[in-house]
Amino acid sequence: MLLLSKQQDWLGNIRGDVLAGTVVALALIPEAIAFSIIAGVDPKVGLYASFCIAFITAIVGGRPGMISAATGAMALLMVTLVKDHGLQYLLAATLLTGLLQLISGYLKLGSLMSFVSRSVVTGFVNALAILIFMAQLPELTNVTWEVYAMTAAGLGFIYLFPYVPFIGKILPSPLVCIVVLTGVAMYLNLDIRTVGDMGELPDTLPIFLWPEVPLTWETLQIILPYSVPLAVVGLLESLMTATIVDDLTDTSSDKNRECKGQGLANIGAGLMGGMAGCAMIGQSIINVKSGGRGRLSTMVAGCFLLIMVVFLDEWIKQIPMAALVAVMIMVSIGTFSWESVIHLKQHPLSANIIMLATVTVVVWTHNLALGVFVGVLLAALFFANKISHFMYVGSVMDDVSGTRIYHVHGQVFFNSADRFIDNFDFKEAVDKVTIDLSHAHFWDISGVSALDKVVLKFRREGAEVELIGQNEASATIIDRFGVHDNPEEIEKVMGGH
Amino acid sequence: MTTQKRQVLACIDGSALTESVCDYAAWISEKVDAPLKLLHTINHHHETAVTSDFSGNIGLGTQEHLLEEITNLEQQQNKLKMQQGKLILHAATEHIEKKEIYPTSTQRHGDLIEAVIDLEESMRVLVIGLRGQVHDKQEKQIGAKLEAVIRSIHRPILIVNDIFSTPERIMIAYDGSAAADKAVDMVASSSLYKDLTCHLVCVNNNESTADKLLMQATALLESAENLDVISTKLKGKADQALCDYQQQHNIDLTIMGAFSHTRLHDMLLGSFTHKMLLNTKKPLLLLR
Repeated sequence: MLLLSKQQDWLGNIRGDVLAGTVVALALIPEAIAFSIIAGVDPKVGLYASFCIAFITAIVGGRPGMISAATGAMALLMVTLVKDHGLQYLLAATLLTGLLQLISGYLKLGSLMSFVSRSVVTGFVNALAILIFMAQLPELTNVTWEVYAMTAAGLGFIYLFPYVPFIGKILPSPLVCIVVLTGVAMYLNLDIRTVGDMGELPDTLPIFLWPEVPLTWETLQIILPYSVPLAVVGLLESLMTATIVDDLTDTSSDKNRECKGQGLANIGAGLMGGMAGCAMIGQSIINVKSGGRGRLSTMVAGCFLLIMVVFLDEWIKQIPMAALVAVMIMVSIGTFSWESVIHLKQHPLSANIIMLATVTVVVWTHNLALGVFVGVLLAALFFANKISHFMYVGSVMDDVSGTRIYHVHGQVFFNSADRFIDNFDFKEAVDKVTIDLSHAHFWDISGVSALDKVVLKFRREGAEVELIGQNEASATIIDRFGVHDNPEEIEKVMGGH
Repeated sequence: MTTQKRQVLACIDGSALTESVCDYAAWISEKVDAPLKLLHTINHHHETAVTSDFSGNIGLGTQEHLLEEITNLEQQQNKLKMQQGKLILHAATEHIEKKEIYPTSTQRHGDLIEAVIDLEESMRVLVIGLRGQVHDKQEKQIGAKLEAVIRSIHRPILIVNDIFSTPERIMIAYDGSAAADKAVDMVASSSLYKDLTCHLVCVNNNESTADKLLMQATALLESAENLDVISTKLKGKADQALCDYQQQHNIDLTIMGAFSHTRLHDMLLGSFTHKMLLNTKKPLLLLR
């Protein structure tokens, strides 16, 4: 199942995929190096990871044309693990992350993505952009003016080079930025930090190695608190990116297969000395923009990246960090959802609060999983609040029999239960009270006990209470009947409204 | 009587065979008194990119701009494709209306295979050309999607490969398999084959087996009204023998079961249906 793919997925767009894959590989190199630096490991860890993840997801992933590699979202989560326990524990955590993702794929947890609302997704993306930008700041503080000049020139190249006639649209501008800045730095013999100062680069093809950690309970206790958020964030970003690529290409993808694919990719990365990764929003957009659509584009990106770094390591060492910083600023600008800022005024306040809360929590804690959790929780609360407004109790007096008849309409559940009770006039002295429930929905036991309370109160005031239409109303306690997947039952519950 | 309402579905794409597909579909529609529907699909080649820009950078709003750009381009392309399809359908409708048969037509997005699977419920028989637009002039090729279409639906499929001539002599290729039995059954019960001469042909190198099989099939066909049955046994390689017989006796239409084996079997040993599709000069009616 995981290895099955349509011929078109591989060979439908050969020229476009190879060219786009090459463009992406060139853009992946600085990112993989930069993210390794964020995580606090040698650049080779990120580069090996990027190769393994791209290669494996090309084959087993559920979204053709999506680019997965070492990412910032994941790198930010592993900083303290690397600092406290070292690289080997990171590799073990990567393995475990892959395993968790693989299991979640088989449990079809990808469908849980439907709980993540659009505002949370926007918040996640914006927070990610801000974090990537913030991660560049150490390279820009306490440095000489040359670094600022180089970074500014780099950004200039990236955004202005495409306007150069003819070659502007052929050569990837981030590559031009890196090549030119490296040339300038070497020619002027500038004393600025280069990639070579940041740690080891790959000099061989990746080799299979089992993480050197003791297979004990203590090890699990160390890595599990890292693996769980890594798995969650990896799947979240991957599924979000898959949706973005789905939208851009007007095609569909298999989300559960993507979960399994990400899992296998991380297991592969862990065994080849790489760090955990996931899908990359920015690179996937670059891939689609460059004309990549098929699985081939991802595979070309991974392989080309590895070939380049293994054979050009002497040159890559010379790349000034300022050039990388320029590329990463571009990535953070490109990842940021500009639209969400423009539409801040038009969107409902609740949507803005969810988005901003997600961003704030992430930037505060550097943990994207936590931000998403807060966002989803807020969204659920806002939703419960909104839906509770759809409750109304009307009443008429039947003078002949001296009966007060209440008609309950709408949703009665924990949030609207108190308002439900407030709608009854217990001070009115009547002999008989009839409560018509046929248009009410009782969702939980809070709603049911609120009704009990109303009945008891009326009885204490000396009235006879009659409930009508309970059958329709009690059918709405969905939990008891478990009708989620039965259209007929749902029709029965929702019918008449 | 749900079968009465089921349609004859003709798949057309504007290739050279389109006209004969329409003719054969009209012939069936008239003979079995079923409504005729013309189908044209607009294939979106999502796997190929419409734009490519190697500048490799992303800035504010790149995603939104990219989506807008791709959407606009695809909209223009697909509008053109839709117009083209409408013209094809229109021409085909006019062509068929000359015979005083009034077809309905439908246009669907996406793959042909998806479209016929979606329409399978309401379909009585599918009429399709041997080659589509892609292989239009390549005599030795069969359409890229033909096998997948045949395998994916379980309705009779008429494969058209030549200009229309009203079938008078039909041939049933009988080998005693379940699919062949079903084919004979259908011929016996359908009004399509009324007043035709039917050659029942069995290719088997063992004469007594061939006799036994022919006896079986003739017994099945006896119930059919107005059907002249001529039974023959042949020797040699089945596809070659059948095609030779077809030419010698001016057979207008060959009826047989199709793709009774799995894909794997066919990949290793070659499919009989595939060979017949390549070699036959006259339309094939595949019954599954």
